Amino acid sequence: MYKDMVTLQTMDTIFYEAQRQGRISFYVTATGEEAINIASAAALTIDDLVFPQYREAGVLLWRGFTLQEFAHQCFGNKYDNGKGRQMPAHYGSNKHNYFTVASTVATQIPHAVGAAYSLKMDGRDACTITYFGDGGTSTGDFHAAMNFAAVMEVPVILLCRNNGWAISTPVSDQFRSDGVVVKGQAYGVRSIRVDGNDALAVFSAVHFARKMAISESQPVLIEALTYRAGHHSTSDDSSKYRPIEEIEWWKEAQNPVARFRKWLEGQGWWAPTSESELREYARHEVLQAIQVAEKVDKPDLAQLFTDVYDVPPSNLIDQEKSLRESVERHPHEYSH
Amino acid sequence: MAAMLQSFGVSSASVAFSDHSAKLSVRSLPVIRSEARSISCPTNGTRCTRKITTKAVAVENPASAASKPGHELLLFEALREGLEEEMERDPRVCVMGEDVGHYGGSYKVTKGLADKYGDLRVLDTPIAENSFTGMAIGAAMTGLRPIIEGMNMGFLLLAFNQISDNCGMLHYTSGGQFTIPTVIRGPGGVGRQLGAEHSQRLESYFQSIPGIQMVACSTPYNAKGLMKAAIRSENPVVLFEHVLLYNLKERIPDEEYVLSLEEAEMVRPGEHVTILTYSRMRYHVMQAAKTLVNKGFDPEVIDIRSLKPFDLYTIGNSVKKTHRVVIVEECMRTGGIGASLTAAINENFHDYLDAPIVCLSSQDVPTPYAGTLEEWTVVQPAQIVAAVEQLCQ
Repeated sequence: MYKDMVTLQTMDTIFYEAQRQGRISFYVTATGEEAINIASAAALTIDDLVFPQYREAGVLLWRGFTLQEFAHQCFGNKYDNGKGRQMPAHYGSNKHNYFTVASTVATQIPHAVGAAYSLKMDGRDACTITYFGDGGTSTGDFHAAMNFAAVMEVPVILLCRNNGWAISTPVSDQFRSDGVVVKGQAYGVRSIRVDGNDALAVFSAVHFARKMAISESQPVLIEALTYRAGHHSTSDDSSKYRPIEEIEWWKEAQNPVARFRKWLEGQGWWAPTSESELREYARHEVLQAIQVAEKVDKPDLAQLFTDVYDVPPSNLIDQEKSLRESVERHPHEYSH
Repeated sequence: MAAMLQSFGVSSASVAFSDHSAKLSVRSLPVIRSEARSISCPTNGTRCTRKITTKAVAVENPASAASKPGHELLLFEALREGLEEEMERDPRVCVMGEDVGHYGGSYKVTKGLADKYGDLRVLDTPIAENSFTGMAIGAAMTGLRPIIEGMNMGFLLLAFNQISDNCGMLHYTSGGQFTIPTVIRGPGGVGRQLGAEHSQRLESYFQSIPGIQMVACSTPYNAKGLMKAAIRSENPVVLFEHVLLYNLKERIPDEEYVLSLEEAEMVRPGEHVTILTYSRMRYHVMQAAKTLVNKGFDPEVIDIRSLKPFDLYTIGNSVKKTHRVVIVEECMRTGGIGASLTAAINENFHDYLDAPIVCLSSQDVPTPYAGTLEEWTVVQPAQIVAAVEQLCQ
């Protein structure tokens, strides 16, 4: 678990820098939420279906998505299994039961409930989990999905990463309830609040939530309290709306990775030499992945028209033809 | 096109109108549909012909067809029959919506299904269209084949986000990894004094969404066939039903049949003018056609059925024959199906037109409640007759 937390941290740092260098156009970090990402994933099985928001790359990392695959997606090249259709950090992998990220907020919550309904119909020993932020709990989709999950008694874990901020909106401007955990109570959903920066606490909570969800076919709401130590995304500079000292404090003193490391060191399971080795290795792997992904070609023109439907209809075939003609006639007008 | 070896489908041509009640009795003639349509293959080399074949109720001797048994039912029963057959055939098919369970649906399309298949497969949802549409999308991505019912199509405006951004897009943005085989259906169109909010024509708003298909049924025969086709499709399909057509009666075949989602229906072949329409307006057009025939005109009436994508093959052949087009729709003038169809025909068949396309639509107003006002906002047979007369001068 710790190794993945460090890898996630490293990946975030380097990809973020890559965006700043202009090598990728956009990125979203999970800085400060490594414990939630990795520990929650570790408490699940690969058969549990994940419906992420966009700050849960660590869950996919835990499940086996390689650094190279992450890089391919961020560069939107032809090896991206999303075929270059989505923005960076909008990962998706059916192999890993990780449903493709959509930029829309909280739309994945009803998806998770529907998928849990599907699992219930099939009687499978699995649950669904969906992640969202404090901001996501204001949307209509959140409320209705919670209600549905309760009424339909489906095995879904609703994990709210209450990290204090929705871009520049602090939670005090987002809701006036006592956090998110009480909202679960209002819908008749078993809810728990947990310290999101404590990897072991998150692991325990998700582990038991999973048991409850599956054995009782009930939804469970977990509010994991944490802090968004990074900016909302590469399009944001959070120092504009919150004091730098606050960011620094959470980044250093409350860092979930550091906290877990201290505990591991206290148990005698981790040495400082291992730390530098790991970080060196992770850094090298990530840089390597970026260098490879950067050189790979982008998807070709045909990929613009495939997967809109199962089979392209006549209007798309026509449109592809006319586009090809246009590109052939004016090759200098197009950058590739 | 003498060189073409296609035979056009000839379907029910006689429509008896009983005044002001929604009950229409339709005497159906044998339906012959062409199987041998050539559809251009996509550049990636896969075959375009769908796995669902249009089962031709082809008969050697048209006379004997009239004595063919079949069974009579109303349009809403035809929808239910199609739905039930598919639920029987594939255990993954399920229904979600408000009051679809024991209540049987507000228009009784799902009546009896909850008793037969259980509460889980015919699911009553709380009132949150965006969210149960989202639920269906999640279920579809996980292997179920849900049918979402909007109690009235207009309520699905609340589900626009899920339909547009997720239903239409997730297959594409995931690189083909996740499919969303859902059917979204419900009654729409202008009813009898249901008020503006219950008289929406959602096909206008949804037509732009990439990744979805849209079809509109208009007879018990095509309602059942399209329902089955929509359920079997791997793509998200929106099936538009009309509030006033649920009690149409027709004799449909006993044996199983599935229609094509992309084909238009030739209602009445003719020579002078092509009248394109769909859903309820088909009946206004056929009533106008009777008057036109008495006046010596020979209109060709096509029920386009497939609203996205348009069946430009059938439509094009008709335009090439008659050179004149009238579109009759219930959508509002601005941004309706008629607007798109006009553009598509102009773009593709401009050389074959002898006159500009005439598009008869509702005005750009919310549908009022008062009976007289409501009547004025819907295209009436007299207007259709006048338009054709003027066009064919």
